Amino acid sequence: MRAEKKWTQEDLASAIGVSRQTINAIEKEKFDPSLPTAFRIANLFECTIEDIFEFGETET
Amino acid sequence: MNTKTAKRKNLSRLAIWTMAWTLSTALATFGSLFLWEGNKVLTALSILLNVGIGVGMVLANRQFLEDSDELEKKVQLEAMALTLGLTLIVGIAYSIMDSTNLIPWDAEISFLVIFMALFYMIALIFNRKRYL
Repeated sequence: MRAEKKWTQEDLASAIGVSRQTINAIEKEKFDPSLPTAFRIANLFECTIEDIFEFGETET
Repeated sequence: MNTKTAKRKNLSRLAIWTMAWTLSTALATFGSLFLWEGNKVLTALSILLNVGIGVGMVLANRQFLEDSDELEKKVQLEAMALTLGLTLIVGIAYSIMDSTNLIPWDAEISFLVIFMALFYMIALIFNRKRYL
């Protein structure tokens, strides 16, 4: 979704107030974001959290 | 202030407090030996100064964590938790080794401080590789 909008990880990180490394870790599924961050991402892409994230019982 | 600037500022503040604490520790340790030769009032004052600066260092560290990005916070807190747990286990084991004369030397607190510092660095490197 980020690539579709032609945003860099840095652009997205600045927009939601986290580091670029955090965006990278979320995209690589190494880290689950906090609920506020997930909401900020969803708001930015004008969709729901479920449209972006899917629940799985995997360890991060 | 953006995230990067705040992080840099907090890191600088933490580094200054840590340096001041290290210097005050050296002053409290060696001052009574080489500067004021056993004057108890000056020794007590230097220890008070050391504790006061130590509290400042802890508060600076807390501020650094509070202002950290959520992933950085996770990396730091996991490293701290592992370090705290292992230091407790190793510290008690080391103390038992001393009290049971398994080791021929006295168990010094400096060993634990070195252990904590080294293990914390290793845990940070490991966690950064894991998440970043």
